[in-house]
Amino acid sequence: MDSLVQYLISSFSLGGLYALMTLGLVVVYGILRLINFAYGELVMVAGYGLLLFGNTELAWPLVAILSVISAIVAAVIMERVAFRPVRFGSANTMLITSFAVSTLLQNVALLAISPRPQAVRLPSFFVESVTVGGLRLRFVDLASIIVSVLALVILTVLVRRTTIGIALRAAADDFTMTRLLGVRANLLISVAFAISGLLAGIVAIFWVGRSSLVEPSVGLQPVLIAFIAAVVGGMENLKGAVLGGYLLGFMWVGLQTWLPQAMLDYRNAVLFGIVIIILLIRPEGLIPPVYSRERR
Amino acid sequence: MSGSARRSPLAQIAITSVILCGILLVIALLTNSFGDRVLVRVVTVLFVNVVLTVALQMFMGNSGLSSFGHIAFMAIGAYSSLWFTLTPEEKNRTLPDMPETWIMHGWHTDFLPAILLAGGIAAVIGGLLGVALVRLRGASFTIATFAFLIVVHTIALQWEPMTRGSRTVFGIPDLTTIWIALGAALVVVVVGLLFRESPVGLRLRAARDDEDAAASIGIHIAWVRWVSWVASIFIAGAAGALWAHFITTFSPTAFYISETFVIVAMLIIGGSGSVSGAVIGAVLVTLSSEWLRRLEGWLNQHRSDGTLLGQLIPLELRGFAEIVIAIAMIIVLIKRPAGLTGGREIGLGGLWGRAKKGREPTRG
Repeated sequence: MDSLVQYLISSFSLGGLYALMTLGLVVVYGILRLINFAYGELVMVAGYGLLLFGNTELAWPLVAILSVISAIVAAVIMERVAFRPVRFGSANTMLITSFAVSTLLQNVALLAISPRPQAVRLPSFFVESVTVGGLRLRFVDLASIIVSVLALVILTVLVRRTTIGIALRAAADDFTMTRLLGVRANLLISVAFAISGLLAGIVAIFWVGRSSLVEPSVGLQPVLIAFIAAVVGGMENLKGAVLGGYLLGFMWVGLQTWLPQAMLDYRNAVLFGIVIIILLIRPEGLIPPVYSRERR
Repeated sequence: MSGSARRSPLAQIAITSVILCGILLVIALLTNSFGDRVLVRVVTVLFVNVVLTVALQMFMGNSGLSSFGHIAFMAIGAYSSLWFTLTPEEKNRTLPDMPETWIMHGWHTDFLPAILLAGGIAAVIGGLLGVALVRLRGASFTIATFAFLIVVHTIALQWEPMTRGSRTVFGIPDLTTIWIALGAALVVVVVGLLFRESPVGLRLRAARDDEDAAASIGIHIAWVRWVSWVASIFIAGAAGALWAHFITTFSPTAFYISETFVIVAMLIIGGSGSVSGAVIGAVLVTLSSEWLRRLEGWLNQHRSDGTLLGQLIPLELRGFAEIVIAIAMIIVLIKRPAGLTGGREIGLGGLWGRAKKGREPTRG
């Protein structure tokens, strides 16, 4: 029983992070049909933000906020410099552009900062835990559950109630029509990238918090998970992203808990193998698009 | 369009083959006569890169689908070739964890059959995966190939008896000379050109340009995609075998994301629509990254010597080549999305082909 509760808490904690990651990817994909490979580098930017601002005298909450802001700024700049000029190319062109941007940013970090992992100063609650009725609860797990649920609620309100949110959803269904109705494309895409950067920034704090290390490839594992969760959930809708994210969180923790020791090192392979099988059965993901049209 | 457009496809293939093979041959002869040992090694890698990039072009250029998984098949080819070429005694040293009772352990072949078997193993695995892959479209396809890259990487890191895990395998016989690599590159260039104009290649390109229209005239899209995928994977696997027997020592990190980036960059910079583009991209990127690496080393030397020039360099340079290639690739994608060749083949009158004004096909 205890181990089940423990499992649920770990899964909801990790799944929440994955869901946020995946949302950040899908919110851009919905509008641009761009799978942003450079999304992991937004996590990296926020991670180095934690390192950089953490070495100053600033209070930690301020450090966290500044790191998230740097990811948002990086996302918006990335769109303006690299993706806007190729927006009217094929989906493939954009995909490959994002691959190039990702390599570029990683190598810049490698050159300008260090190829080695660097320790990030974190407040003590990242390592502390509390014991409740025989259960060891880590504060950071509880915090990531709360933050991810909170972020999901806020995002839901945003896309359902606000004008820009409704425009975002409309654009994901039919971008051309949305533009014809007078929504400014550049603004909308910038907003989508800003949301993407915000989510990457939030994820980065918890992700880096898990190991308290940051390195140029820190964004790789989360972005891989986000890709897979997005494909599994269905690329085209936000609900699918959240579902896919939580599902992958549960699968990952499940593999970690129940896979025999000898197989543990293969869990990446098992997970990605499962994904290929899901794609075989449901090529459009678990929640297929109800209505959507090609971007052009 | 000039008169060259009216030549028969075979004549045009012949002309392009002669030009491309001529370029590669000249590079090989010049290197062999004037180059030092390091340059010979660079040019050998260059030819292996040509093989890989043309393999990638055969699939990506003709189908319009992006694969980020070819390096995984190169890895499969590289590891399986050494299972074939090493004698049982050599296996005891190179792969000490492989049980002697395994059939694999006692078995070994010459280099050429090993190359073909390596390609074959990659093609069988790729063929099975391809059954699922060809049902996917656009981005899902790319992500699935990327997922496969990770699966293979993970397995290579863990499968101690067959790969030595994360440790380096060494003692692989040095069999790939510059001439063998050149020969492979020449064969693959001609195969790539023939494939492009073959019935399967033409159907595939039709499906790339307009999937619905192609299906409506009876093209079995999944089938042509599968055939080209398997052909392309076979060559990627064989390239892995060539590379393994050139480099003679490697570990699974040699086949991962940055290597994927490099071959995709070669293809995109040259132009994915044509074999000429693949060849030109491979030549340009290989030579310029070698040059940039030397420049980097030279500048770092100045920095550590504290010369006047060195004092201008604030930090130790690393990954310089990757940064320059990534920037070059982004600029090409923005300014000339169909690559330097614009998706056309080199012919007598310059670049020939059906691509309109250097634009790439609009369907992704």
